[in-house]
Amino acid sequence: MNSNGISKEHLAYLRKVRMRKALILSLRLFLLVAVFALWELMARMKLIDPFITSQPSRIVNTIARLYQEGKLFYHTGITCLETVIGFLLGTIAGTLTAIVLWWSELLSRVLEPYLVVLNSLPKIALGPIFIVWIGAGPSSIIAIALTISLIVTILEVLNGFMSVDSEKIKLVRTFGANRLQVLTKVVLPSSYPVMINALKVNVGLSWVGVIVGEFLVSKAGLGYLIVYGGQVFQLDLVMTSVLILSIAAALMYQGVVYIERLLIRSGRHTPL
Amino acid sequence: MGAIVEVHNLGMKYHSLNGEITALEHINLEVDEGEFISIVGPSGCGKSTLLSLMAGLLKPTEGSVIIGGRQVAGPDNQVGYMLQKDYLFEWRTIYENVILGLEITRTLDSHTRAYVLKLLETYGLSEFRDKYPNQLSGGMRQRAALIRTLAVNPQILLLDEAFSALDYQTRLAVAEDIYSIIKRENKTAILVTHDIAESISMADRVVVLTKRPGTIKKIYPIRLTCDRKTPMSCREAPEFRHYFNSIWKDLDIHF
Ligand SMILES: Nc1ncnc2c1ncn2[C@@H]1O[C@H](COP(=O)(O)OP(=O)(O)OP(=O)(O)O)[C@@H](O)[C@H]1O
Ligand SMILES: [Mg+2]
Repeated sequence: MNSNGISKEHLAYLRKVRMRKALILSLRLFLLVAVFALWELMARMKLIDPFITSQPSRIVNTIARLYQEGKLFYHTGITCLETVIGFLLGTIAGTLTAIVLWWSELLSRVLEPYLVVLNSLPKIALGPIFIVWIGAGPSSIIAIALTISLIVTILEVLNGFMSVDSEKIKLVRTFGANRLQVLTKVVLPSSYPVMINALKVNVGLSWVGVIVGEFLVSKAGLGYLIVYGGQVFQLDLVMTSVLILSIAAALMYQGVVYIERLLIRSGRHTPL
Repeated sequence: MGAIVEVHNLGMKYHSLNGEITALEHINLEVDEGEFISIVGPSGCGKSTLLSLMAGLLKPTEGSVIIGGRQVAGPDNQVGYMLQKDYLFEWRTIYENVILGLEITRTLDSHTRAYVLKLLETYGLSEFRDKYPNQLSGGMRQRAALIRTLAVNPQILLLDEAFSALDYQTRLAVAEDIYSIIKRENKTAILVTHDIAESISMADRVVVLTKRPGTIKKIYPIRLTCDRKTPMSCREAPEFRHYFNSIWKDLDIHF
């Protein structure tokens, strides 16, 4: 396609694609506005009970109140920080463990059944243990988030390592590559897409871990606000926290997608 | 011109829980410097095993391989290996791919870099050096793979069905291309192939292996009357059919 001689048909096609994009975007916005408008309307008309369902205007007020009391960024910040730390630790520790297991076939064979059991265990069950061991605070919450993503990362990444084309490994071995070189020249770069995928999954898992952790520890954070609001029957607070939570989670996910794009654009790997 | 490769009574057994597989037995072969050898044989007769033994990727259970007067004990820069596909790494540019071997052997310096750049230049890949493999055609990729092998300056090239992943027409062209590069760079080459015509058209000698356990059944010195010795023109030679039929019979292919 040359830019100066675009045919009429192609222009029409491009216009159609653009129109469709605009249509989709406006429908999405419409859906969002419609849901909130309907919610507000039904609450005002007393069709639903705002004491139980809350309503958008009350949520806005709650956000304003939290902001004035200095609690908005405090609780949101704590939750985000715990999530980011749990997520990074889970990803890094998981990848490192996967490297160790890849290195030693014996070790990975020995640990295999334990990993399977740990993987199927609902890690949240370990929450009270962490709280007893580490104390009721952010460390325990991070520990819960970490355990949730750790095992999945190990299994996913190790699986990625194992599925690297053996001929590619043979290729570097013909140049006399040692095991470390096989790892750095072939196995790690081939597994970039798998690792990015693990990253994406881990973001979601870390949020689960952190919110559950905050439920258990009940001192600060969005999870704490949600439990607290539920206990004192302040559904405004619960709904507000859930809303903030979904925005924060979406933003973090976009962050990972952005990192992925950067990696693709720098040509370091091809997309999955 | 002495033998650069000497294979002495080579044998290889694989062990698995299902038992023992003798892949190769009593292989004796000498390859002269600058010679082009083709190896044909039935599926699973141990052709790849033979190349892996020569490349030092496997240890023989019997006998030895001597290259340039030294017994092969492990992968060595004297021997370059080309696999069935190009296996260019998609996360590296062509240039970064070609210097892979130099990186691994830690021999990347101004001297070797200049050599690689010269190879890229000579074989028309200079303009692609900063491109990624998926931006190149199949033939160009195979060329890049050959340059990656040549970069560490091996004496001997082992090609394991190096063209079989390509479609027929590309395959003919690439075989022609790679052949001329190998000749120009004065390398000794050992090519494993399933394609009888390909084996005859490229080689000075064709080695026919028996089915497993692989032993040498026959060695055909190829003498073709054609003015320019290129794989394509060799296919036109009157003796070509004769070799083809004999080797076909040796392979004893049943359906
Ligand atoms: N690592 C291994 N462990 C056990 N058996 C093996 C191994 N590698 C190869 N074999 C067996 O040894 C025999 C020879 O294998 P090899 O790959 O050398 O044959 P080949 O002639 O290259 O076959 P093809 O024509 O299919 O490429 C085969 O029967 C194969 O099943
Ligand atoms: Mg083979």
